[in-house]
Order: sequence, then C-alpha cells, then structure tokens
Amino acid sequence: MFCVLVPQFALLTIPLLGKVMCNLQILIMGRRTKVPSVNAGSMADIAFLLLIFFLVTTTIETDAGLARMLPRKTNEPIQIDYQKKNILQVVLDKEGRLMVDEELINLKDLREKVSQFVDNGGAPSQEENYCAYCKGKADPTSSDNPKKAVIAVNTHRETSYGAYITVQNELVAAYNQLRDREAQIRYKTSYTAMEEAYQKPETSSKEKKALKQKIQHIRLLYPLNILEPQQL
Amino acid sequence: MSKFRKKVIDHPEVSTASLPDIVFMLLFFFMTVTVMKDTTLKVENELPNATEIKKLEKKDRIITIHVGGPNQQYRKLLGETPRIQLEDKFADVSEVGPYVLGRLAEMPAELRPFVTISLKVDKRADMGLIIDIKEVLRDVGALKINYTTYEGDAFMNMN
Repeated sequence: MFCVLVPQFALLTIPLLGKVMCNLQILIMGRRTKVPSVNAGSMADIAFLLLIFFLVTTTIETDAGLARMLPRKTNEPIQIDYQKKNILQVVLDKEGRLMVDEELINLKDLREKVSQFVDNGGAPSQEENYCAYCKGKADPTSSDNPKKAVIAVNTHRETSYGAYITVQNELVAAYNQLRDREAQIRYKTSYTAMEEAYQKPETSSKEKKALKQKIQHIRLLYPLNILEPQQL
Repeated sequence: MSKFRKKVIDHPEVSTASLPDIVFMLLFFFMTVTVMKDTTLKVENELPNATEIKKLEKKDRIITIHVGGPNQQYRKLLGETPRIQLEDKFADVSEVGPYVLGRLAEMPAELRPFVTISLKVDKRADMGLIIDIKEVLRDVGALKINYTTYEGDAFMNMN
C-alpha cells in the first residue's frame, strides 16, 4: 500500500531497492496486500532508444588548439630594423619541405634548431642586449637575445594546412621547452603547469593573480615572436 | 543414457534485469561528455593534430569558422576546392568580415575584448584561403585566433 507512494521513477531505476522497500513496508504493516509490479522488460528498449538518439544528435566537441594573436593592422607598412642575425627564416613550400636559413632540414629537427637559435644569447656581456639567463652557445652570428630573436615563417599559398600546423606546433614546443626550463629555475614549477592552473576554474583569484605575474614574467623573458611576411 | 540427457536440458536462464541499468549508465555517460550539434557540417573537417594545445575559453565568446573541401553530396556541384562555411552555409572570403562583425555586435559589450575566432580547418586545405581569412580578420580587428586541433602527434599531419 505504502510502496505506491514511493516515486515510480525511483522504483523503475532501482528495481531491487524498490522491491526491498516494498517488502519491508508490507512486513511492518502486517498486511499482505499484493501490489501489481510494473513490467520493466521494455526499460532496456526505451533506454536504448534514448541512447541512440543522443549518439546521433551530439558530437564530442574539440575545444583546444594553438592560440595566436594576429598583428594589428596599420596604414604604414611595418618597418623592421632587425639585424639579419636576429631573424630565423623558416620556409615551408607546397610539397611540405622545410627550409631554415637557406638550409633544407627535416621537420623533426626544427624544434631543436629553433630552441638553439632563441636561447643563443650571442651579445657580449658588456652590451645592453646581454642575456644572463641564456644557456645557448653564445654564437655571435646567431641571435643576441630571446627578446630580439624573431622567427619568420613563410608559406606558399599551396602549402597544406596540416604541414603549417605541424611547423607552428614545433615552434610553440620549442618556446615552451625554454619557458619550462626558466620557470623551473625561478619558480620550481613548469610554465605549462602554471598556464593550466591559471585556466582552471577551481583556482582562487588570489592565486590567479600571483600566477599571472609569474606567467607574464616568463613570457617577457622568452617572448613568442613569430612573423608571417607574405611576399611569396 | 536417459539420465544423462535430462541433466543437459536444465539450463539456468541469464538474468537481463540489470540490462536497463547498464544502458542507462552508457546514456548518462554520453549525455555528459557530448554536446548538441549546432551546425550541420557541409565541409569535410578532419582537424590536424598538435601537442602544444591550449583549451578554448567559454563557448559564449567563440566564433567558429569552418574550412574544408565540400562534403560528398556537394562535391558534384562545387568541386573539391576548399570552401568556408559560416553557420549553415558556404561563404566567400569577403563574407567573413561582415559575419564576424555581426556576431561581435550581438555579444554583450563586456565580452567583446575576449572573443576568440576558432579556425576549424581541414588538414588537407591549403594555406592560401587561411592567409586570406587571417587578412580579413585583421581588417575587422578580431585578432585573437585559435587554430583548433585534435590532441595527438603533430607529424601525423603530413600524410
């Protein structure tokens, strides 16, 4: 009698529990009124129908990718007064071949090449461009300082987007490697971990403020300078 | 002999009482990890892989642009050159600017500085179209972009 009051939904979804409760109630009341049980045989079919509906109408969305800032448009052409040694020319042609500083190289070696170039720190210690935290070879013919180093990526119009993303990914990977190392030395944590923590909704605003400062400091030490001139 | 045969006949039946529970569990799993489709894709959209990816921000501040070769059903009509899809229809590069500005105008003013353009581009598309789109985005001042990718080995993109 009482078990009718237990919501139908609960009885349906947890059949076993429902039955036990019913029996208990019957025992307590001391009456043996027989309650017709709901036939749950078609439950599986209904659930399957719902499941198939959701499978068809929904997608697992990808919501991650490589973030970029485009340069603001100005009326005057941007004048670059960079020295040649501070620019790393990366050319990706339509067949997916990669040329770095007029030298054909394998895509897999790009990361190493870029991080060597950025971390070079070629300026001598008396100059203002001197990079105290660089661990590179200090080759005077390569970049002076990570803040000065620019990577120029040239693509043809026929280059495939997949190859372009691979190159972009390797460039970001090289920078992340250097930033991670620097964050490890300064803050005993990796840069990517800090970025992840910053994006998490659980992080309190106070922690976020501290993280933001650290992230910005690391970004200032190794700024992501990627140029995409379009003369090809 | 007859004794032996009798024993074989008596099979216990497999209980299917827990089947609905199992299916419900699956259902709830799919309900939580998936989202409703908001647009029907008319272009092929196999995104490239990348490892150094960052999560996109909340959905209300994202404008998506799809690029790719037309689907099987449109291929006869439109050929195989990659096309831009905005919302539900194919579009030309010149329509990207007005579309982005229109979407920006719909958004509340406090969200506008945080708007990200998510470029969902098929990995077989060529860079020409992407370069044009980026130029248009610079014209309208939507500078924050995101090359949306799957997570995976980036060297798989080459083949």
